[in-house]
Amino acid sequence: MDSSEEKRTRIPFKERPDWADVKPVPQDDGPCPVVPIAYTEDFSETMDYFRAIYLANERSPRALQLTAEAIQLNPGNYTVWQFRRVVLEALGVDLHEELKFVDRIAGENTKNYQIWHHRRWLAEKLGADAVTNELEFTKKIFSQDAKNYHAWSHRQWVLQALGGWEDELAYCQQLLEDDIYNNSAWNQRYFVVTRSPLLGGLAAMRESEVNYTVQAIRASPENESPWRYLRGLHKNDTQSLVEDSQVASVILDVLTSNNSHVHALSFLLDLLCHGFEPSQELKSAVDVLTPQSCSPDLALTKRVCSILELADPMRVKYWNWRKSTVPVQSATCQNTDRLADLCARMSDL
Amino acid sequence: MESRRVTKTLEDQWMVERQVREIYDYFYSIPPNSHLELQRDKHFDYLTRGLRKLGPSFSVLDANRPWLCYWILHSITLLGESVDAGLENDAIDFLTRCQDKNGAYGGGPGQMPHLATTYAAVNSLITLGSPKALSSINREKLHAFLLRMKDPSGGFRMHDGGELDVRACYTAISVASILNIVDDELIHGVGSFILSCQTYEGGIAGEPGAEAHGGYTFCGLAAMILINEVNRLDLPRLIDWVVFRQGVEGGFQGRTNKLVDGCYSFWQGAVAFLIQRLNLVVHEQLGLSNDLGTESDDSSESELSAEEEHLEVTSSHVQEICPPQEGQENASDTTKIADTGYEFINRPIAMQPLYDSMYLQQYVLLCSQVDGGFRDKPGKGRDHYHTCYCLSGLSIAQYSWTDEADSPPLPRDVFGLYSRNLVEQIHPLFNVELDRYYEARKYFSCL
Repeated sequence: MDSSEEKRTRIPFKERPDWADVKPVPQDDGPCPVVPIAYTEDFSETMDYFRAIYLANERSPRALQLTAEAIQLNPGNYTVWQFRRVVLEALGVDLHEELKFVDRIAGENTKNYQIWHHRRWLAEKLGADAVTNELEFTKKIFSQDAKNYHAWSHRQWVLQALGGWEDELAYCQQLLEDDIYNNSAWNQRYFVVTRSPLLGGLAAMRESEVNYTVQAIRASPENESPWRYLRGLHKNDTQSLVEDSQVASVILDVLTSNNSHVHALSFLLDLLCHGFEPSQELKSAVDVLTPQSCSPDLALTKRVCSILELADPMRVKYWNWRKSTVPVQSATCQNTDRLADLCARMSDL
Repeated sequence: MESRRVTKTLEDQWMVERQVREIYDYFYSIPPNSHLELQRDKHFDYLTRGLRKLGPSFSVLDANRPWLCYWILHSITLLGESVDAGLENDAIDFLTRCQDKNGAYGGGPGQMPHLATTYAAVNSLITLGSPKALSSINREKLHAFLLRMKDPSGGFRMHDGGELDVRACYTAISVASILNIVDDELIHGVGSFILSCQTYEGGIAGEPGAEAHGGYTFCGLAAMILINEVNRLDLPRLIDWVVFRQGVEGGFQGRTNKLVDGCYSFWQGAVAFLIQRLNLVVHEQLGLSNDLGTESDDSSESELSAEEEHLEVTSSHVQEICPPQEGQENASDTTKIADTGYEFINRPIAMQPLYDSMYLQQYVLLCSQVDGGFRDKPGKGRDHYHTCYCLSGLSIAQYSWTDEADSPPLPRDVFGLYSRNLVEQIHPLFNVELDRYYEARKYFSCL
């Protein structure tokens, strides 16, 4: 029975013969409750009967029906959901039917923790059978809201617990073609690349992923997502990042274009902190962007920070802090200079 | 790949930007008026009405009533107001009815206990603050509940048979910490679980693998600080992520390339604020304290000794309140696990805010504020949740340069009319008003 039918034909519990033996339990709100809600009569009555069944721990078909009605009235009531699970197990109900019930409720409530948790519980019980259905279901949600957090968590759980990885990378690709700014899709891409048992893992996938990401950057240089993704691809291997010519090349291209430079500069700053040796071309590109007020003697890392202070004024304090914490030279130069510094100090003594 | 075309993300973003720009253009074109001002009276009315009566549409929050209590009571307190004795008694009575006989609080009388509603109930009672309120909490049973919610993974489930995520970790640890019922068993494995939720972007997700998100980042960072394992997170990456969450509108977004929302003024703003007291750890992670002859070396040493001083002050302070009893184990060890919240707030703020705090305040007051309450963004309706978190975010922003013990914020750090707009100060780990926190700490220290 869907909810509109129920509104028309709902018979109060007190008039239902098969409920005559149950004494409803009113809510123990006390004489002067705070945040009191002006429940409708239907709501109060349903919850009074729920409390009776819950306290009696009655695990029967009518209890199941009651939880369905209570859930329709407030899908956020986790106590009712938990009790429903207890009843479902006790009755040994066919969980495929339960899935249909959840599908109906989910329509209006795509951001409700309880529904998604119940779906997860169901899928776990149904096992590998449920994979196609759950992947299809989440896909449907994404067609309306491609960033629904619960749906993405659910989809990830399904993949890890039950499988179905085969088309996932392709699905990410499709979502990114629809909207290259969809950070959830980028995050999913990372998830697949790092965790799919069908792919070789991050190190094996890195080159093709860098290729893909660099293309995305060229298409939308002001898009933060692929820049963060690019950093993520080299997470535990800054050496490969520093040596990747594709990365250096895209930074140069963005800095010499008319597009927003903020992410490119920020990325360059991180590279320099990891010991990147920039080409003369890249240094010249930075020179072009350096404000007049900057001393030409200022170390490259600090100069990049100065540019960012102007190019990204909202984060001026952040870039200022970065300026105070960046190394002034690349790592290879640092050791030589430390030695020179130490010698100089010793000669002062 | 196709060159840039208008995608849904861009469309949605431009629409919000346009609405916000209209608002800013309007307010800057007219002489300074009441909209640059916090509408205290209107907010107070909206809040107190909610405490007394809610319409049928609130039935969907019937399993969240302690949250409604907390959102409202906390907001009222931030405005520097309080509720009358009658209302206070009613609130304590109601929350006591939400307390399960086996410990912890459910969403309403007769409902199963739940970590989130427990957090809300405990914070509400601490906000009310009287001995009657504080003594109504059954700490032993609550502790037992927390242990039952503990999962082998190290995380916590929200309720019996419920979901497991970073929110559950925070609510459990926050409550245990503020009530002084933390122990090794509760803490064990939490840090590893939260660490596994830090994503490649730098922020923290609800579960391992999911997307970095402002709410979960606050929960994860705060919990890690409370259990003294914050150094395990990649803080420079986290900082880089959070500062980029402030949008052109001035407010914060929850995730990369999503829309601004007033509530993130707290979730993300507090993350940035917490970082300001973590400069020692951050510098260590950046390898700075090892550098020869740099400025930071000297300052980090003096900060270190200042911190040690504060720790000693902490232990001796507690011993003053609670004279050691016979047979009691080494009081200072237990203090250090249990008192991280206090120790943290006593650290000096040695970093300026890394985000634009005035611009955040501008977003909250001009875009989120309405006539009685606050909203997500223009075009959305007000609600008590957004009222709570917009005001909490405002507090964070106003006090972002104030060391706890010292003088109030300078006028230059407060947007709009200083005398009208200054709200009360919060404890950024628990999000309760600071004086209420101190009272609660005093009360629960001896138990």
